[in-house]
Amino acid sequence: MAQRKRLSGAQTSSQAKRPSGSQAAPEDEDDQTFTLPSSSQVLRGMESLAPGQLEQKTAEVVQYFLVKDQKKFAIRRADIVKHVLKEQRNIYPEVMRRAAATFQQVFGLKLVEIEQKNHLYILINSLEPSAAAPPSSSTNPKTGLLFVVLGLIFMKGGVARENVVWSTLKKLRIDPREKHEEFGDVRKLLTEEFVRQRYLEYIRIPHTDPVEFEFGWGQRAEYEVSKPRILSFMGELHQQDPQTWSQQYREAHSSSSSTPSPSPSQR
Amino acid sequence: MSQQRMEDSHRRFLQAMMTIGVIDRQGAKTLHRRCCEEHKTQHSPDRLDSFIDTINSKLQPLFMQIRKGMSEDDGNQYYVLVNTAETDVTRMSSDYADNELELFRKTMDLIISSENGKASSTDILNCTDTMTSKKLKKIETEQLLKRLVCDKWLSENQGEYTLSTRCIIEMEPYIRAMYQDQVKMCHICHNFAFQCQICDNPACGIKIHNPCVARYFKGRVEPRCPACDDFWPHEIPEFPQHQSSSKR
Repeated sequence: MAQRKRLSGAQTSSQAKRPSGSQAAPEDEDDQTFTLPSSSQVLRGMESLAPGQLEQKTAEVVQYFLVKDQKKFAIRRADIVKHVLKEQRNIYPEVMRRAAATFQQVFGLKLVEIEQKNHLYILINSLEPSAAAPPSSSTNPKTGLLFVVLGLIFMKGGVARENVVWSTLKKLRIDPREKHEEFGDVRKLLTEEFVRQRYLEYIRIPHTDPVEFEFGWGQRAEYEVSKPRILSFMGELHQQDPQTWSQQYREAHSSSSSTPSPSPSQR
Repeated sequence: MSQQRMEDSHRRFLQAMMTIGVIDRQGAKTLHRRCCEEHKTQHSPDRLDSFIDTINSKLQPLFMQIRKGMSEDDGNQYYVLVNTAETDVTRMSSDYADNELELFRKTMDLIISSENGKASSTDILNCTDTMTSKKLKKIETEQLLKRLVCDKWLSENQGEYTLSTRCIIEMEPYIRAMYQDQVKMCHICHNFAFQCQICDNPACGIKIHNPCVARYFKGRVEPRCPACDDFWPHEIPEFPQHQSSSKR
């Protein structure tokens, strides 16, 4: 945490001529995946900037992400360029590096590129999940439903056939064909909203006729949802000691350290 | 007070503010304590404002701020996470359609030009007739009003709408720019006065917020206008004193 000390003094906006890279906190290493544009282009882009513009664009990108994140949508690089950076696209890598550092240092959020091909990003919470979590996340009934489905998938070894999910929900008196008073259209919630938010994956099972689908954990869930927590949630639901599911228990407690977010700051 | 370093307790507090948008002082104190406990940082209950200053120092380059203000409804202090770059109604454009924003502007017009800072649902429904963008139906307008209350831009009480604390604090610069000749300041706290009492003396006509009236005239036998010294003819409202407002 000591690395933050330096930055806190230097954040008073405005000074534009900080050499690029001086900001690089160890957290930023995933930036190396940014490919466009070349470093000489970036350099040229930076030189042509008016003082303060880099900070301005960074602030705009941060705001753009925060607005989109309210709906938990993934954000495409193309949209950031189109809506925020516009003709200054050549400073993209530096702006993103600064935005990522800002999310980490100010908001406790981690900017993660979840798809290299389309350059899709999401924000995930990098603070430990807690009891003092913002009220909405704990009182949101949809979160409860999501946990049930994630739990089911986890118990089934990572994927659950669609019909298994629906029949399990029916046992909980949630019928995907009817409008639920709290969840609305449950089918749409699971196959569209949670998928768009990257909590779930909804994939066609190959070579099925008629076509069948299965659910898996989406990338956001992999990052944000702790497996031991899901397992103890399932334990509560079934009134059973989670340790009795030995395979799942082993997986939850071995994979908790190797979730896709190995903190690069461990030296 | 020198700047503290931003720590996880600050980040946790900011995350909560991003979710809830507005919180009263009591709630902020509780949240402050919980965030400190959570991250095992030292908690000084009387340092809430400097705790928030630390967050604000990091938010300032991002055109954001946790701003403090008073509620016209209960006189309590509130904290609101505001966007300082876009203070216009357009700041809400990610959540509302253009015609919905037009109706919100019209509602603001109604409230601000009224004497008591209120607009009835009937008046709001009627002003859909003069909309230039796609007209909202009655039911759509009612749903929109509900959403605006739910998102804490408006407050509603028995069919009458007022500007919410969040709206007044966040849109202060916008209101100042758009309505400068219509808005009056409270004679006591010098903030905008929408829901308030007005001095009856036509040569005076100062406005005082209801909670400010309560505080100012508390214990005075014969209330007199602090500006013109005329008799203050209104009923002096009472507010439960939650906390002494801690501004200095």
